[in-house]
Amino acid sequence: MQPSFVAGIRLGIPYAVVGFVLSVSFGVLARQAGFSPFQAILTAAIVFAGSAQFAGLAVLASGGTAAAAIAAGTLMNGRFLAMGTALAPSLPGGPLKRAAQGQTVVDASWALASRGDGTFDRWLLFGTTAPQYVTWVLGTVVGAFGGELLGDTDRLGLDAVFPTFFLGILVAELREPRSRFVAICGAMIALALVPFTPPGVPILAASVAALLGLRR
Amino acid sequence: MTIWLTIIGLAVTTALVKAAGPVVFGGRTPHPAFLRVVAMMAPALLAALVVTSALTDGRQLGVGADTVGVLVGGVLLWRGRSVVLAVVVAVAVTAALRALM
Repeated sequence: MQPSFVAGIRLGIPYAVVGFVLSVSFGVLARQAGFSPFQAILTAAIVFAGSAQFAGLAVLASGGTAAAAIAAGTLMNGRFLAMGTALAPSLPGGPLKRAAQGQTVVDASWALASRGDGTFDRWLLFGTTAPQYVTWVLGTVVGAFGGELLGDTDRLGLDAVFPTFFLGILVAELREPRSRFVAICGAMIALALVPFTPPGVPILAASVAALLGLRR
Repeated sequence: MTIWLTIIGLAVTTALVKAAGPVVFGGRTPHPAFLRVVAMMAPALLAALVVTSALTDGRQLGVGADTVGVLVGGVLLWRGRSVVLAVVVAVAVTAALRALM
């Protein structure tokens, strides 16, 4: 087995633990929105994109159509377009093989696999994603079947899991002054757009701040 | 039916979005400026995710118990503590504030 795959699994475990808690809350909320346990678990297994799942769920829970839910989730996923583009030169093989490898991108894995010089360690990416996939599905199983025992997830403070999870990945990225400045710009762009655009658009638009990387 | 359409639709669009970058931009030697921009994608996108989830309430900007919880978690992360500890504390602070309010 590739050494960096094993290293990736180890790096991925803390994020897998947090992902478990996050997917428990997804399972609970999905049941409340009318999903059967099987539908909730299937969503986690074949979509495997936390922010898209929560965004789609929020639309359905507020009475929106399937098209609106899919659009919200897809906009949330817009950042994977940027991440996949960044990753592309580090992936070998033909288009199909690259497309398959691209499926392993989740936020924490992508950030951890970045070597900081614009290239990526793909085996570290695969390794980091593996435990996160397992706990993502398991957490949804627990949430979908055990939701009634938990009751109101907001009362339990579970809505703080999602932002803290991403803050954990972000802090590791802030070692140099330029990335701190870019982070502040990205945050301000996103906040400024929240009142005027559908969910997901502010995050995608924040990627414009990365153009500051053009300056030497 | 709405739920099934949403599940299938999200699965398909997620797979397509994740495949698009690697398929279109694979197998080329990237320009150095491209790599510098790419290196800045993560801080920009992650910061946006954090603020939009901690500082908003639907489509409105707003501060709540979860904002305070995330802030406390952020201080722990900044001081080098693990993401698991930070999440546990963030959840506990949020739940405690909600119980008091």
